[in-house]
Amino acid sequence: MPSELIHEFMRIDHLPHIWCPGCGNGVIMRDVAVAIQELMDDPEVKLNREKVVIVSGIGCSSRAAGYMDFNSIHTTHGRAIAFATGIKFAKPELEVIVLTGDGDCSAIGGNHLIHAARRNMGLTVVTFNNDIYGMTGGQYSPTTPAGDKATTAPYGSLDRPFDIAQLAAGAGATFTARGSVYHVRETIDLIKQGIRHKGFSLIDVYSVCPTYYGRKNHKGGPVEMLRWQKENMVPTARYYAMSEEQKAGKLLVGTLTHSEYPEYTDEYDKLVKRVQAEMAGR
Amino acid sequence: MAGKKKLVLDTSWCKGCGICVAFCPKNALELVEERVHLKPDNECVLCGLCEMRCPDYAIWLEDLEE
Amino acid sequence: MSMAKKAVLMQGNEACVEGAIAAGMRFYAGYPITPSTEIAEQCALRLPQVGGKFIQMEDELASMAAVLGASAAGIKAMTATSGPGFSLKQENIGYGCMAEIPCVIVDVQRSGPSTGLPTSPSQGDYMQARWGTHGDHPVIALSPSSVLETYTLVIRAFNLSEKYRTPVIFLMDEIVGHMREGVTLPDPSDLIVNKRKASFHDGAYKRCYYVPEGQYVPAMKPFGAGERYNITGLAHDISGFPTNNNDQAGALYTRLMEKIDRNVDDIVRVQETMLDDADTAIVCFGGTARAVMSAVEEARAQGMKVGMFRPITVWPFPEGHLRARLPGLKRILVVEHNYGQMFLEVQRVVAGQTPVEFLGRLDGTVIPPADILEKLRRMEG
Repeated sequence: MPSELIHEFMRIDHLPHIWCPGCGNGVIMRDVAVAIQELMDDPEVKLNREKVVIVSGIGCSSRAAGYMDFNSIHTTHGRAIAFATGIKFAKPELEVIVLTGDGDCSAIGGNHLIHAARRNMGLTVVTFNNDIYGMTGGQYSPTTPAGDKATTAPYGSLDRPFDIAQLAAGAGATFTARGSVYHVRETIDLIKQGIRHKGFSLIDVYSVCPTYYGRKNHKGGPVEMLRWQKENMVPTARYYAMSEEQKAGKLLVGTLTHSEYPEYTDEYDKLVKRVQAEMAGR
Repeated sequence: MAGKKKLVLDTSWCKGCGICVAFCPKNALELVEERVHLKPDNECVLCGLCEMRCPDYAIWLEDLEE
Repeated sequence: MSMAKKAVLMQGNEACVEGAIAAGMRFYAGYPITPSTEIAEQCALRLPQVGGKFIQMEDELASMAAVLGASAAGIKAMTATSGPGFSLKQENIGYGCMAEIPCVIVDVQRSGPSTGLPTSPSQGDYMQARWGTHGDHPVIALSPSSVLETYTLVIRAFNLSEKYRTPVIFLMDEIVGHMREGVTLPDPSDLIVNKRKASFHDGAYKRCYYVPEGQYVPAMKPFGAGERYNITGLAHDISGFPTNNNDQAGALYTRLMEKIDRNVDDIVRVQETMLDDADTAIVCFGGTARAVMSAVEEARAQGMKVGMFRPITVWPFPEGHLRARLPGLKRILVVEHNYGQMFLEVQRVVAGQTPVEFLGRLDGTVIPPADILEKLRRMEG
């Protein structure tokens, strides 16, 4: 019998999960469960567990949907956000959370990501961003740093990588944030903010893939990869207290952008009311 | 008594990644044959960091039954 | 009792939308593509009026995905497209087959491959409707030949989709989609509309794909209704969780195929006109039936014993019905606006018992009845 949290929110018959030793995905999946639990317990939110829908695409990240004991749907490669759009638009009372990977949401699913950000429908997207295609054995992804190696970049990748959160923000996402596997508490809080946010939110969580990305690029094992996050990713308060020189090469863990814009399903409801009122008045 | 906790390990779920061992502030954990164990003379303060960091849910704090 | 209703002038694409709304469709996601665009436009106009949801997605793949998502959330959903878009939707159509998510996909066929002849009639997607997505999978495809039939048949498409928990392809063509006809729509109270079941089969809690012995279709409960379950496009066990177990995967695939195979009599509908004394049958589907019926009438006037065999359910192909007609037939002519697709199905069923010939066309024009008559004369020798 695992911890109460895991027992309550995971389909424990199917655990332990398939992820490799030291893979960050298990931590992110737990972060999502804790965020949901804390919002269920929060008297201001009282999140209804039965209304939570977990949507995933294809890849290592996307196995999470099956493990999580909610309404869950493990869809096709790249299309998680598009499925989620259908679910949320059909039943806006559902709390739709998309669990996706860097390849899933910013390569094959990149179009859905930017258009969902533009539309500002109340979805929460949590990326398990590990800089690599893990499920297929370590090919370079849109977030693999330029110069790094992968099975399809044996001489180093020439591609300039995406910053997924910036990409979403540029497309109009009204809440974007960056989390990491090392910064557990901060990441849980960011996921909670994303779920509470009225509109499209994206939390780009930096995972670690020791098996493929780490090994190919001599980044050490899981411990060394987490140490890198500890040393190079900086939570909000400390980050903003740093001088510009200190910030160089460091990544903020925290909220990147936060703005208000009408939420899509609300606007559609208003449109329906307007159309129906016009019909009744005719 | 509320608040009293104990550390629980399920070594059958441990994949031996060593994250909990490396980040334990009290150096209370070790890997034995690639599975996590609590050191015999440990100074575990029940901070719960290992539970937060374990990707495999093999270690956690539990309320002590009274 | 239905009230006498006035005839209205309506386009095939419009009838498709009105029929779908009558069937309870309240969610449409699509992407503009000729010659199906009027379906999206009409849905954008009509769905808000009936409290339904319309969304124009960023692409064809997203539209198909959104439709499946909406259906999983419990709303009857539809999308419409044409050739190139139908190709793009195929992966997610397969997902719908595998995960057993009801929905209706309208394909107003146009000439292909690739961008082809966007505004010209074609029936070149007949085989794609059957085999468009990868892997073995069940398919139901229906094809209307008039505006009124578009209305009634799309309701049947939704009903079959709900009953068998599978995507249904509504295979229209440019001829029917853009045709305007005066139609008298049936009274809504005369329509039979299948509802989604509100709960799983008894004993299926946490086993959402469980079916009782002798049944083939698991009951479906929408997301958010209090029974948490998993949906996946991977081979899965009865709990909906992915499995590599060959026995469980085999049982799933067998059930998916058998749920259609074992219910062919319920699913298949055929129009058989003037076939009882006929020595010649013309097989056709969709909009082609109009030229064929003119040719049949003209041939009859000239003393030829010709009838029409028109599958309304085009997949599964009505092979039992055709086989039953074979003893009386000396020859069969298949007429399609393609290079011979249903022709292959007819040849398979006839298996050499009766000579089968083909008349088709690929240039984007409609086959005139005169060409069919001429072909009949040559066949009779």
